[in-house]
Amino acid sequence: MITIKNSITDIALKSEAFNSQWQSKLENLLALGKAAGADFIEIFLENIDHLSILAEQDSITSVSPSFGMGAGIRVFRDKRDGFVCTNDLSESGLQEALSQALDMLGLEINNLVRNDFDGLHLYRNYGEGKKNWLSESLGLNEASKLLLLGTTKLNDYGKNISVRRGSYSRSWQEVLVAGSDGTFARDIRLHQSIGLNVLSTDKEHRSSVGRRYGTSASPDDFRNWDSDSTAEELCESAQKMLYADYVEAGQKPVVLANKFGGVIFHEACGHLLETTQIERGTTPFADKINNKIAHDSVTAIDEGITEGAFGSLSIDDEGMEPQRTVLIENGVLKRFISDRAGELRTGHKRTGSGRRQNHTFASASRMRNTYIAPGSYTPKQLIESIDDGLYCKSMGGGSVGPTGQFNFSVEEGYLIKGGKLDKPVKGATLIGEAKEVMPRISMCANDLDLAAGFCGSISGNIYVTVGQPHIKVDTITVGGR
Amino acid sequence: MNQQAYKPRNPINTQRIVDTLNNLAKYESIKQWDLGASSSKDISVQVDKGKPKQLKGSQRSSITIRVWNKQGLVGITSTSDLSELGLRKAFEGAYQASKFGNPNDIPDFSSLAKEPLTNLHKPIIEFQGIKRLLEILKDAENQLLNMHSSIKNVPYNGLAETNFERIYINSQGANRFIKATQASLYLYARAQEDNRKPRSAGAIRLAHGVKELDINACIEEASNRTISHLNYNQINTGRYLVCFKPEAFLELMGAFSSMFNARSVLDGVSLTKKESLGKKIASPTLSLFDNALHPSNINSCNFDGEGTPTSNLCLINGGVLENFLHSEATARQFGVNPTGHAGLGAKVSVGADWLVIERKEGENLLLNKLKHDEYNDTFILIEGLNALHAGVKASQGSFSLPFDGWLVQNGVKTSIEAATVAGDIRDVLNNIIHIEADQEITHQGICPHIWIDQLSVTGEE
Repeated sequence: MITIKNSITDIALKSEAFNSQWQSKLENLLALGKAAGADFIEIFLENIDHLSILAEQDSITSVSPSFGMGAGIRVFRDKRDGFVCTNDLSESGLQEALSQALDMLGLEINNLVRNDFDGLHLYRNYGEGKKNWLSESLGLNEASKLLLLGTTKLNDYGKNISVRRGSYSRSWQEVLVAGSDGTFARDIRLHQSIGLNVLSTDKEHRSSVGRRYGTSASPDDFRNWDSDSTAEELCESAQKMLYADYVEAGQKPVVLANKFGGVIFHEACGHLLETTQIERGTTPFADKINNKIAHDSVTAIDEGITEGAFGSLSIDDEGMEPQRTVLIENGVLKRFISDRAGELRTGHKRTGSGRRQNHTFASASRMRNTYIAPGSYTPKQLIESIDDGLYCKSMGGGSVGPTGQFNFSVEEGYLIKGGKLDKPVKGATLIGEAKEVMPRISMCANDLDLAAGFCGSISGNIYVTVGQPHIKVDTITVGGR
Repeated sequence: MNQQAYKPRNPINTQRIVDTLNNLAKYESIKQWDLGASSSKDISVQVDKGKPKQLKGSQRSSITIRVWNKQGLVGITSTSDLSELGLRKAFEGAYQASKFGNPNDIPDFSSLAKEPLTNLHKPIIEFQGIKRLLEILKDAENQLLNMHSSIKNVPYNGLAETNFERIYINSQGANRFIKATQASLYLYARAQEDNRKPRSAGAIRLAHGVKELDINACIEEASNRTISHLNYNQINTGRYLVCFKPEAFLELMGAFSSMFNARSVLDGVSLTKKESLGKKIASPTLSLFDNALHPSNINSCNFDGEGTPTSNLCLINGGVLENFLHSEATARQFGVNPTGHAGLGAKVSVGADWLVIERKEGENLLLNKLKHDEYNDTFILIEGLNALHAGVKASQGSFSLPFDGWLVQNGVKTSIEAATVAGDIRDVLNNIIHIEADQEITHQGICPHIWIDQLSVTGEE
C-alpha cells in the first residue's frame, strides 16, 4: 500500500515519460529479437493524456479525463509479422511481449540465429519544442467556458431548438519509436477538436445538424475560436433543414461543396489507394499505376505536412517523416499510400503513412491530409452547369466496402433547378463505385479548403483531413425516398 | 510453442486496489467512490492464401475511478495504469474533475449494487495457442476457397480467443466480479466471375472457446452468402414489399435504440418521451426484449457498469412501450429501479445489451402466407445494412442506408447490385405487416424475419 505524504492535490502530474535514456533498454530488446532470427523488430511506446468535455444546454454535464501508457512490439520474418501490445513497460514486461511476438513466428528469444543489429541511430527528438503543449492547451476551466459560450450562442441564434450541445476533446500523445534498422525517434502530438450540435423540433419536424473543427500541433488554436459565427451558421442550417422535404431518389448530377465534401474522394478512392487494399486484393487499382483512373480534371494529394492540419505529423508511427504524395495527377494514378508492411508485401515505397490509433494496433497504410487539388472554375459555374441536380452543402460520414462500393450521407442538401440553388432537401445518401465515379468528376472549382475528420479502419480511429474545392460529379446514385 | 505464456498473468488485484483507494479517500476525507476495471488477454490470427498474415497478442487493463467530493459533485478519470502511482493519479484526476460535476444530475450508487446476481455458468475454456489458431484458420480459408470456383480470396478473416475479467467495487462494499473466455471467427469472401463485378459476403461465429466454434457452419454460411450474390442485377427505384432478415432488422433496431433509452429521453434526443410509456409505438404483432442473460449471448455479463444486476426486460409488448433502459440516475428520475444497462461515468451512459424480438402470439396470423422462402410474389429480401454510422439520424427517426440483399420474384433470388433503403423508423415499426414465427439466433441478438410494406428503395438504374 502506498504511503500518503502529500495531499493528492499537490501531486506533480508528470506527463512526459520517454527520452534517450531508453536507448540501452530498447537496444537490448532489439538485439534479442534480431538474435532470435527476426528480420525486423519495431517497438512503439506510447504515453497518452486525453480530456473530453460535454456541455448540454447551459451546463457542463460530463468531464472525462484519461491517461495511460503502453507498448506495441512488432516482429517481421519474411513477409509475416507478429504483433503484441502490453500496458507493462517494465523491462520484464517488454521482454515478455517481445518473446510472445517472436514465438508467434516460431522464433525463440534466447537463440542466437544472427548477430547483425548495429544499434540505434542518432536519437531524433521531434518533441523537443513541444514540451509545454499539454500545459498550454485549454484547461478544464477555459474549455468549459468556451463550450458554454457556444451553447449560449446557439440559444441566441436558434429558433425551435430543443437540444444544444458543445463538446471539446484534447488528445496529447508522446511516442517513442525504435526499430532494428536503427530508427530511434520521439515525438509529441496534440490534437484538439471542438464542436457544436443542435436538435431543432417543431411538431413532427426534426432536424439535427452539427459542425466540428479540429487542429493539431497548436495549443492555442481554440482560444480564439469564433463560436459566434459557428453558432449562427449552425442555427441557420438547422432552421432550413427543419422543414426540408426528403430528397427524391434517383440518378442525378451533383455538386459537392468544398471542405468536408472531400469525404467522397476519401471513401470512393483514397482507401483503395492504401497498400493494405492491394495486400487484401480488394482494390481495382492494384495494377493501374500510370493508367488513367479518373477524369482529367482530378489531381489528388495525400500529405502529412500542412501546418496545423488534423492529419499532419512530424513522424508517422513507424518513425518516418511524412511526405507530400501525389496520388493522381490529371486523372492518372501515380502512387499508393504505403507503410513498412506495405512496402515489404507490395513493393510500393513507404510514404510516411504508417499510422495507428494507439499502441494496441499495428501500423497500417492510412491517409493523412487527403484532398483534390483546385481547378479553374468558380463554384457558381459548377452549379450553373446543372439543370436538375443536387447541391450537397454539408456531408456526414461514409464508408467503403470490400468490393469498392462506397457511400456517404448528405446532412444539408439543396436541389439545383435551372442552374440555381432551389429548396433544401434532406435524407440523401450517395452511393457508387470508385471506378465508375472517379471519371465522372468533371469540374473542379478554385476554392480548395480542408476539414478535420476521423477515419476508422484496420489500425483503429485516426485523425485525418479531407478536402477539395467544389466539384461536380456528372451523375451518381442519390438514395432517398 | 509455450502455451503457458498465453495464460493471463496479471489478473486484477482487487484487494490491492481497494486498499489503495480507501487510503487515498481517507486522506482527502472523500467518503464515496466507486470503480470499474477490466483486464484482458487475447491472441488473434489472420491468414492470406494459406500463409500467416498478421498474428496478434495483447494484454490490456483499464480502470475508471469515480469520486464524490465534499460538495457531493462527481468526477471520473480512466487509466490503463493500474500501478499504485497510476491509481493515485487517477484518483487525483477524478477529484479535479469533480469540481466540474453537474449539480443538476448527480449519479449515486445503484440501490441494487449488492443484490444477488444470476449465475451465468460461463465455461472457462483453455486457450488453444497461436499455432493451433493458425492451423484452424488456414484450413477454414482453404475450405472456403474450395467451395466455389468464383471465390478468389478471403480478404477479411480472423480467429481470436480472449480471456477477460471485469469488476465493479464501491466504497459501500459492493464487489462484483466476472471472468470469462470468448472466441470469434469471421470469414469474409470475395468472389468474381468473368466480366462481372466482384461480390462479397461473410459470416461470423462467437463461442466461449475455439473448440466450441461451429467452424463448418461459418464456412458454409460465408460461401452460400457469397455465391448467392453472384447472380446480380440493378434494381429500379421504387417502393417495395421488404422482408428483413434477422441480422438486418436487429441492426436497424440497434441503431434506433435511443427510443428505449431513458438517458436519451431525458436528454431530449429520443423519439419517445416519458409519457410514451403505455402508448402504442409499433405494430401489435411486435414484442421486444433486452435480455443480457440469454444463454446465446456469448458476451453476457450479470452486472452493468454500476454493479446493477442485468436481467430480461420487456421494452415493447405487443406494440406498446412497456419499459425504458435505465441507469441509477435515470431510474431515480423515473421512480423505478435501475435495469442493468448503465456504463460508468460522471454522466452515466445507458445502452442495450442483447435484443430479442418476437411475434406477439395471436396477432396477424392472417398473413402467415408471408414466408421468406415460400412467398411467390415480388419482394426484396434485405440481408444486411451498411454504413449505419452515417445513414441513421436517430434523433430524427430517419434512415437512408446501403444494403445487401436480393430481389425475389416467383421464388427466384437475384442479388441487388447496389441500392439504398430509406424510411422513418416510426413508420417501419407501425407498418410491420408480418413477423414470421421462427426466431433465429444471431451474434447480436434474436429475431425472426420481419415484413414491411412500401419501403423506399433506390437502385442504380
